[in-house]
Amino acid sequence: MSEMLLEVKGIKKYFPIKSGFLRRTTGHVKAVDGVSFQLKKGETLGIVGESGCGKSTTGRMIMRVLEPTEGSILFEGQDIAKMSPGSLRKLRKDFQMVFQDPYSSLNQKMTVRDLIAEPFRIHNQPLSHSEIDGAVCRLLETVGLRTGDRFRHPHEFSGGQRQRIVIARALALNPKLIVADEAVSALDVSIQSQILNLMVDLKREYNLSYIFISHNLAVVKHISDRVGVMYLGNMVELAPKQGLFAQPLHPYTEALLSAAPEPKRIERRERIILQGDVPSPANPPHGCPFHTRCPKAFDRCAMERPALKEVVPDHQVACFLY
Amino acid sequence: MGKKLMEIRDLKTYFQTKNALIRAVDGIDLDVEEGQIVCIVGESGSGKSVTSLSIMRLLPGPKGRITSGEVRFEGKDLSKLSEKEMDAVRGDRISMIFQEPMTALNPVMKVGKQIEEVLLRHRKVTKSEAKSKAIETLRFVGVPRAEHIVNEYPHQLSGGMRQRVMIAMAMVCEPRLLIADEPTTALDVTIQIQVLELMKKMRDERKTSIILITHDLGVVAEMADHVVVMYAGQVVESTGADAIFEKPMHPYTQALLASIPSLEEDKEVLYSIPGTVPSAGAFPKGCRFADRCSSAQPSCTEEMPELREVLPEHFVRCALVPNGGAA
Ligand SMILES: Nc1ncnc2c1ncn2[C@@H]1O[C@H](COP(=O)(O)OP(=O)(O)O)[C@@H](O)[C@H]1O
Ligand SMILES: Nc1ncnc2c1ncn2[C@@H]1O[C@H](COP(=O)(O)OP(=O)(O)O)[C@@H](O)[C@H]1O
Ligand code: SF4
Ligand SMILES: [Mg+2]
Ligand SMILES: [Mg+2]
Repeated sequence: MSEMLLEVKGIKKYFPIKSGFLRRTTGHVKAVDGVSFQLKKGETLGIVGESGCGKSTTGRMIMRVLEPTEGSILFEGQDIAKMSPGSLRKLRKDFQMVFQDPYSSLNQKMTVRDLIAEPFRIHNQPLSHSEIDGAVCRLLETVGLRTGDRFRHPHEFSGGQRQRIVIARALALNPKLIVADEAVSALDVSIQSQILNLMVDLKREYNLSYIFISHNLAVVKHISDRVGVMYLGNMVELAPKQGLFAQPLHPYTEALLSAAPEPKRIERRERIILQGDVPSPANPPHGCPFHTRCPKAFDRCAMERPALKEVVPDHQVACFLY
Repeated sequence: MGKKLMEIRDLKTYFQTKNALIRAVDGIDLDVEEGQIVCIVGESGSGKSVTSLSIMRLLPGPKGRITSGEVRFEGKDLSKLSEKEMDAVRGDRISMIFQEPMTALNPVMKVGKQIEEVLLRHRKVTKSEAKSKAIETLRFVGVPRAEHIVNEYPHQLSGGMRQRVMIAMAMVCEPRLLIADEPTTALDVTIQIQVLELMKKMRDERKTSIILITHDLGVVAEMADHVVVMYAGQVVESTGADAIFEKPMHPYTQALLASIPSLEEDKEVLYSIPGTVPSAGAFPKGCRFADRCSSAQPSCTEEMPELREVLPEHFVRCALVPNGGAA
């Protein structure tokens, strides 16, 4: 058994909805509504689900860019969910985030060298000018960019190259965990595979752990060891990837997998076409969050919310069918 | 083989910018048969949208224009029609849908009214006929409670519903050809499949031909009868959908298929195509894929390969693929 890096227990994030002249809170968007999972050192956990299901909010709570409304987040045993900014500061270099849009996450006025060196400065690393320059060059080589390009600005690079810059910056302080939120979603497939391969290599080289968030099932399957499926703020299924993709248990996972178009002209397993749209997280249904669209729903599903439980070794699902 | 509905020959659409001549679409050939779904696939910047805008004559003039070629449709060359003649074709015989429905919908007009207006523009119908046709079309595209939805504004609808309304607007005059430019790219997979099924229904029940533009090879496999692969403003491979997936011949098509992760099979490492697409303002003189191609020979950078029919109905732009296929 390898060591535990992260234990997330029952985290929730409710965003207040304010309305009227007095900006009174009239309700809440239940963006994340009680999510738990664990991540071991060196492991990649994929999180999939459709837009608005709470993937980014989950990632941002783990990064502690957002404070959870409820629940705990143990990072190497320390609860960071309610940690003060001062104590968090020391831990921050251990976890880094990579976003979808490398354009907006890089300050356009800075040179690549300064962008990659910025983390050293923010975290007061006692390094000389030439030590920093050496570190920047090593990082650029690691992510496959030319060191000679370090005095250029982000807009002079292509989308894939900018994502490499973001990754170099995330690696600067030797993090333990990287949360990648739709990190390859905006890239063309030929560039997407370059970045995925880079991330796989870096993981080995730096002994990293990843939380890899994406709406693209095939990409998540490729890079992950385990995968969690979210729906309307809830984790509905969580399993090692082989089990999840070969034998999905939750009716939502089943529908999601059957709807994903495969780049192959083969007879596929029977397609399940869901009716209607995802309900609003400001007014989620009672009972199972999926019961309004579930082809297998029965009476109990509208009344109680099923808890995530292990029904096959290591394979957890939140559904009354099991 | 079905009857040809559209034949595009050597279409070139260039943009004159301050710094360069952008050869966005650089001599493409494309045929669409009646009741056929033709997918155009390629990475961003390969010229897919400019192709569709050229067919529809919606190029941002004066800097962008069709510099040569023809777009034959129902006996006419669309590229030579007057603005007025083209207006009569657009929305009636050919219509178009986009990735972002709000580019086609008017935010301050009820959706029913917007559909009726298309009909009133092209057909001699009364207002009440237009209204019932609008409701009927909304039902066809799978909008529940269509008689209520006609009274709503676009912002009151979900993304998937808006997409359906835009499709209803595009098909209310029962066009012969629908051009769909990344219509499901912004949608979640469970909603995407609903929209894709709807487009198949249009082909099967109304015999509508569809040009479906996408960068997603999964969507291509799902939908296409015929596939056109574009790279840097040119067609590099064009053939039936089965052949594209089972016997791709152009090194670029092969590399693309090897680059994407799959749900059905486990790929230990993904193939990664080195480098990036050449800029449309500065194409090399030889094969445009040569600097990224693992089979490239010195001759590839010297001379531009022709798009050749290497097997019946299988066109490939690569000098190394022999006639008869299989290198
Ligand atoms: N700062 C915020 N204020 C209010 N609602 C938010 C905020 N951030 C996210 N949400 C809402 O929370 C839900 C989950 O969002 P998000 O975590 O971004 O989903 P995902 O990343 O899965 O697409 C959505 O309904 C979204 O609109
Ligand atoms: N209005 C424009 N002015 C100048 N160049 C343009 C314009 N529109 C498109 N282009 C260029 O034409 C090429 C093809 O673009 P496009 O057809 O939009 O690609 P795709 O749809 O395949 O992503 C690109 O190099 C793009 O930058
Ligand atoms: S023509 Fe040459 S360079 Fe171009 S794709 Fe074919 S082999 Fe590769
Ligand atoms: Mg998100
Ligand atoms: Mg486009």
